[in-house]
Amino acid sequence: MKTYFSVFRLRLINNLQYRAAALAGVATQFFWGMMHIMIYEAFYANAVSTPPMSLKQVVTYVWLQQAFLVFIALWVRDEEIFNLITSGNIAYELCRPCNIYGFWYAKLIAQRLSGAMLRCFPILILAFFFPEPYRMTLPPSAMSFFLFIISLLLGLMVVVSISMLIYISVFITMSPVGSMLIISTAGEFFSGMIIPIPLMPLWLQKVAYFLPFRLAADMPFRVYTGHIPPAQALTGMLIQLIWLGILVLTGNAFMKRIMKRIVVQGG
Amino acid sequence: MKLYFRYISILLKSQMQYRASFLLLSLGQFFVPFSVFAGLYFMFERFGNIRGWTFFEVALCFGVINMAFAVTECFARGFDTFSRLVVSGEFDRILLRPRSTFVQVLGARFEFTRAGRLIQSVVALVWAAMNLSVKWTVPKIITLVLMVVSGIFIFTGIFILAATLCFWTIQGLEVANIFTDGGREMAQYPLSIYKKWIARFFTFIIPFGCVNYLPLMYILDKVRENEYLYMLTPLLGMAFIVPCLFIWEMGVRHYKSTGS
Amino acid sequence: MSQIQVKGLYKTFKVAKRSAGLKEAAKSLFHRKYEIVEALKDVTFSIDAGEIVGYIGPNGAGKSTTIKIMSGILVPDRGECRIMGRIPWKDRVSHVREIGVVFGQRTQLWWDVPVIDSYELLRDIYRISHKDYSKNLDLLVNTLELQDIINTPVRQLSLGQRMRCELAASLLHSPKILFLDEPTIGLDAASKIAVRQFIKTINRERNITVILTTHDMNDIEALTDRILLIGRGQILYDGNLEDLKSRFSDNKIITANFRGYDSIIDNQTIHSLGATVVSCSRGRLTLKVDTRICRVADIIARLSGVVDLADISVESPPIDELILKLYKEYAI
Repeated sequence: MKTYFSVFRLRLINNLQYRAAALAGVATQFFWGMMHIMIYEAFYANAVSTPPMSLKQVVTYVWLQQAFLVFIALWVRDEEIFNLITSGNIAYELCRPCNIYGFWYAKLIAQRLSGAMLRCFPILILAFFFPEPYRMTLPPSAMSFFLFIISLLLGLMVVVSISMLIYISVFITMSPVGSMLIISTAGEFFSGMIIPIPLMPLWLQKVAYFLPFRLAADMPFRVYTGHIPPAQALTGMLIQLIWLGILVLTGNAFMKRIMKRIVVQGG
Repeated sequence: MKLYFRYISILLKSQMQYRASFLLLSLGQFFVPFSVFAGLYFMFERFGNIRGWTFFEVALCFGVINMAFAVTECFARGFDTFSRLVVSGEFDRILLRPRSTFVQVLGARFEFTRAGRLIQSVVALVWAAMNLSVKWTVPKIITLVLMVVSGIFIFTGIFILAATLCFWTIQGLEVANIFTDGGREMAQYPLSIYKKWIARFFTFIIPFGCVNYLPLMYILDKVRENEYLYMLTPLLGMAFIVPCLFIWEMGVRHYKSTGS
Repeated sequence: MSQIQVKGLYKTFKVAKRSAGLKEAAKSLFHRKYEIVEALKDVTFSIDAGEIVGYIGPNGAGKSTTIKIMSGILVPDRGECRIMGRIPWKDRVSHVREIGVVFGQRTQLWWDVPVIDSYELLRDIYRISHKDYSKNLDLLVNTLELQDIINTPVRQLSLGQRMRCELAASLLHSPKILFLDEPTIGLDAASKIAVRQFIKTINRERNITVILTTHDMNDIEALTDRILLIGRGQILYDGNLEDLKSRFSDNKIITANFRGYDSIIDNQTIHSLGATVVSCSRGRLTLKVDTRICRVADIIARLSGVVDLADISVESPPIDELILKLYKEYAI
């Protein structure tokens, strides 16, 4: 447990050192948020029929996306882990006294948490003070907010378990970037990063609901705005837990098999 | 100039060494703008139009900008990844060679996998062109070509500016993304959909307006008089690169007086 | 007029200070602390064409700063530098065309392609005529024995092979001055000798001025006659290697092999000789003689009086020791 905390602390120190980078990151995300909102605004101005999500809700959705980008983006990658796999130095990791899947899992979570901590507060706080229509809104009830926090964290765990599977796939393909790019593009799309899921055509929404990607971003954000009412939120979280269980168990099993193979082959 | 082609061939050789990953990356590069385009399509399906512009009009804009960006990404990648050259000390080596730094950095790196994006944008462009009720005369086609070329010049200029930042600091370079990727995402839509001050910024400071709005109006027959002026606006866009090169030289001078 | 003239160079750097720990890191978010480093203080020397100069000094002394200024990629705060009549950082392109630089740790070749492809690209970059290129290439390939490796990608070469290719690459455009920064670092003995041989040859045959920075003193001994010692930004010694040796070697090592059954000479006898024992074994004795106190000839005479000498050799102490003493004397 101590190791996990020290990874977190180290990353935080690292992030603070590069103050220009931290400021730049926040500025960049402000820009992207504003840009997306402007485009949505332009679309909504001439809306033919009432869209399933109001502009206010979309605005909040966008700001939450930007604030928690590090949580939900699939393309955040750990160079260390990739290098370990491709160079074959995995043997060193095997000598450590903890479950490798668990260790890497915790490392990735620590990485994302510390990344988000630095950025989400300035973005969200300032977003509350923007002029209309760029302003972010408060959740409709304390319950929604509470459920939002939980589903956000569950979503984080789901995303990390998906990226664990991607890392594991690297063992097989030995090439990090190719598989990553296609999966993360699809994942991004189906998590609502390009357009919010309710704005997709119905047939596409069905596909999105079938996949787990929406559980990290689209679902928690809509819980926040109340678009998903608390009752449905609870069902959603149940689905998150189910997916989490499946992904973690599969990941762990794969990991064990591959470790066995490596130990036998000698890396 | 011949030197530049030499650079291309040597880098192509070295990238072809890793064939499988090359193909996968190119494929990935196709899907990235494809997903954005798909998003665009679905938004139009639901909303019908964006401040008066229809889907295929915006798709034309999208195609032009993404083509320009893809070509720039492919050929000016040396500037995009310039921080790598500074950190590794490779830029010192560039200064030790009797050629202009600009040509050498340009030749430092190519990313042929961006062809994926190029293919996607060409497909989008052609699809849009076929579905627009526009008569494609020779002047219009020339304008289209000029739009893409002008876009390449503008993006290259932005890349150069972003790289010049590295001479002062190698942190906080993310900000440059606002202008490269951000510039692309914004310019994908005709400028008139944005608020006035943005449209002005993108006309006078980073002249995307000369690429995606003014000539577009001409092509879509939305202008009545002075048509030829609209046709020639892309040339103004190309001029953007000149101040960028000046700033680049300033950056090189600064690097030489402070060391690495 | 010397080929290289350096007068009164000054250079300082501003380095950001980074401190450890979470609190310090948070503080640094708002207020940056800087440290001023004086890399060069009034550096002056001149070098004639065709010289081989060893440029030595401890790490951080200012060696690479001087080299960067001389190659034109760094601008000094104050001072003059003229190389072949030009100011390096002002006439960058024409200056750089006539010099070659080899960095021991970084390569100038393209990593994934055969060496010969890199050479051809260099030919185009330096605009070398086809005639000169083939002439130089043949000469370099033969002298450095590159025939077998010239078609291999650089990443597959051993360090020794790579260094030979680097040397060739730096000479393709027939430079008049060659800067070598740690060229033998990490090389095995055979490669080191090959590199040294090569440098001596091209210096002799083509009168190429060579400025060599290295920590390997054997390089210095093998190649250079002149040494420039720099410490903490200042030139502390500029002169002949032999002078340096005689100035600083205050002792000699005598190794004596002798016949006779008695393998041990008692310490008293040795002390009476006026020397210290380095090692003593059956039939062999190694002594360190302080030449300030007594003469080598006297020691040998006394020794032969005590034992039956079979063989004797007199050597100077290793040059590393010398350099260490030098550093100590100048407190660097």
